Amino acid sequence: MRKLTGLLLGVAIAGLTATASFAADTIKFAFIDPLSGPFAATGQQGLSQYKFAADELVNKKGGVLGKEFEIVAFDNKISPKESLIQLQVAIDQGIRFIVQGNSSGVANALTDAIKKHNKRNPDARVLFLNYSAVDPALTNDKCNFWHFRFDANADIKMDALTDIIAANDDIKKVYLIGQDYSFGKAVAAAAVKMLGEKRPDIEIVGNELHPIGRVKDFTPYARKIMSSGADAMITGNWGADMVGLGKSVIAAGYDNPIYTYYAAADGITKTFGADGKGKVKLVGEGQLNPPPNDRADAYAKAFKAKYPDTDIGQPRIANVMEMLAKAIDQAGSDTDMVAIGKALEGMEHDSLWGTKVFMRPDDHQVIQNVHILAHTDDGVSHDFDNSGYGLVVESTVEMASADAPTTCKMDRPE
Amino acid sequence: MSLLAVNLLDGLVTGLLLFMLCSGLTLIFSMMGVLNFAHASFYMLGAYFAYQISTYVGFWPGLIIAPVAVGIAGALIERYGLRRVHQYGHVPELIFTFGLALLIEEVVQFFWGKSHMAYYEPEVFKFAAFSIAGNAFPAYKVFMIFVAIAIFLVLLYILTRTRVGLIIQAALSYPATVQNLGHNVPLVFMGVFGVGTAMAGLAGVIAGPVLGTFPGMAVVLGSIVFVTIVIGGLGSLWGALIASLLIGWMQTFAASYNVTMADILMAVGIDKPVDLSDNALRDLWTLTLPQIGPILPYLLMVLVLVIRPRGLLGKRET
Repeated sequence: MRKLTGLLLGVAIAGLTATASFAADTIKFAFIDPLSGPFAATGQQGLSQYKFAADELVNKKGGVLGKEFEIVAFDNKISPKESLIQLQVAIDQGIRFIVQGNSSGVANALTDAIKKHNKRNPDARVLFLNYSAVDPALTNDKCNFWHFRFDANADIKMDALTDIIAANDDIKKVYLIGQDYSFGKAVAAAAVKMLGEKRPDIEIVGNELHPIGRVKDFTPYARKIMSSGADAMITGNWGADMVGLGKSVIAAGYDNPIYTYYAAADGITKTFGADGKGKVKLVGEGQLNPPPNDRADAYAKAFKAKYPDTDIGQPRIANVMEMLAKAIDQAGSDTDMVAIGKALEGMEHDSLWGTKVFMRPDDHQVIQNVHILAHTDDGVSHDFDNSGYGLVVESTVEMASADAPTTCKMDRPE
Repeated sequence: MSLLAVNLLDGLVTGLLLFMLCSGLTLIFSMMGVLNFAHASFYMLGAYFAYQISTYVGFWPGLIIAPVAVGIAGALIERYGLRRVHQYGHVPELIFTFGLALLIEEVVQFFWGKSHMAYYEPEVFKFAAFSIAGNAFPAYKVFMIFVAIAIFLVLLYILTRTRVGLIIQAALSYPATVQNLGHNVPLVFMGVFGVGTAMAGLAGVIAGPVLGTFPGMAVVLGSIVFVTIVIGGLGSLWGALIASLLIGWMQTFAASYNVTMADILMAVGIDKPVDLSDNALRDLWTLTLPQIGPILPYLLMVLVLVIRPRGLLGKRET
């Protein structure tokens, strides 16, 4: 028995040293997002994009400092508690770059934990690359040097959206509807505030929250929206709540724009299909249609060839990989997080998607072009859900919210 | 006023859909004493089967084939699963159906993934049948109403006018006596389970295009069907119909009118506190009817259980 234990121990140690020596050859990114449960489709989509972006944009060009990027997946089941455990596992494995995006609740937990960890372990600091969590607080009151956000936050998106609405004189009545939780409330509050500033004449004819994930049939809500005579509606809904709401208002005869944050990919585009054309709009970054340049076109084609059932639903992931490669190269080290962080802040980058990307040093919020994208099948070179339908850029706000104030007071390490 | 008419129609659609689910469940429950937790899962299976069939041969064959397939699956599960567990009593049966619900959800995700399915109503119904004050009423919903009513009439005829219905009714009340008279009660059970699940499947087939076909569709309806059959009274088809319509209208009207708790409280003469920000009852004051809509059926169930434990039209105590 003792012999066997010894043998197992030996094998285990051999295995450990093997991974350790392997680890030295790559720069690892811990991808902490849901890979099981109800949000697994979104997590899986992000993971595929990270793997593809790392290979295509970094490794095929010889990597950085002679090393390749490697994405290591950790399933957090979208729970903040589980994420902290996975964070610790990742750190114990010697991973220094953490990427996460789904749910601001998780991002808030991670940013606090990473701040603490870096304070206590100055020799093994980690960077937090947030590619999707859009709670404005992360780059305001809760900001810290180690957190970088590559997506436009909820306020920036609303700012861009209300710019477009304000410029459209046909819109006189707006209906706000969202899920009854922090994000839905934040979207509604931002819409009320910004519309009030930009177009005080616009009447908010409805502002309501519905129970999240519990509404069987959105028809009664659709009736209210119809009878309010709204010229436009704004919703932060996602998942089944987005599909249910959209389908119901369209069936009820609503024929005006539905401005959304998340009404695309993961089956949603296919479900809306022809019904959503000319109605469903999305505010976000990343231009797939028309392709901004040949490079983006080739990239999207190559992605589809490798992952036929997935889409580039989060184009910013390409920016994360490219900017990190640049920052590590500039810092000349893949372990000195202070140098990499300082290279990253203030970085200006020409994105694959045809926009300038500026990592604002004050709060580590990326500033980039934000688009209003239309759900359509006209002029779509890169569709979603293999449906023929996709998102086409309708209008663009250049470097959206570049001068927006921030309450961030950042402590910079020496 | 026009909104009232629209809401009445919408509530009717919701209620009738609920009835198609509950009619099968209430028969199964009262006859076999099995609380079938997986009932809403058969509804989901119906939608997915119909979606799959519709990608090959269109909507109409799916309308027939999918419920039949679901019914056969249900009958087989009763014959080879539930009947074996039956001898160990009610708790193992409960656990069996509970496990079945989880299993069906996982199987659906395994074959069809976690995304929404692009399952649509047929082209012929893609127009507004009529509209009331700008509110379009889709032709497909008219079709849904007719299907549900047809199903109700067929069931009512079978249960009250045919020999099969006679045996089922007898087996509902006195299963042992019916067996002693030489009838094959296990076969009746299997048939009722099969037909009940087929009805749930049919509900899924016609609801899938409207309410969305996705892995969470069973969970959303899961608990409300039990509430409905308890309110209606176990084993009563009329009771299931009345309770379904009641809940359909209740939920539609609750979501339609933005009555706030503050309105109600002030109407009964309680003054609203000036500063709500640190008031202990702040949440109560800011509640609106659409927010509490989803719990209203449960309140009604509690009320019914207190006042009339057998349900609105139930014949025996449970």
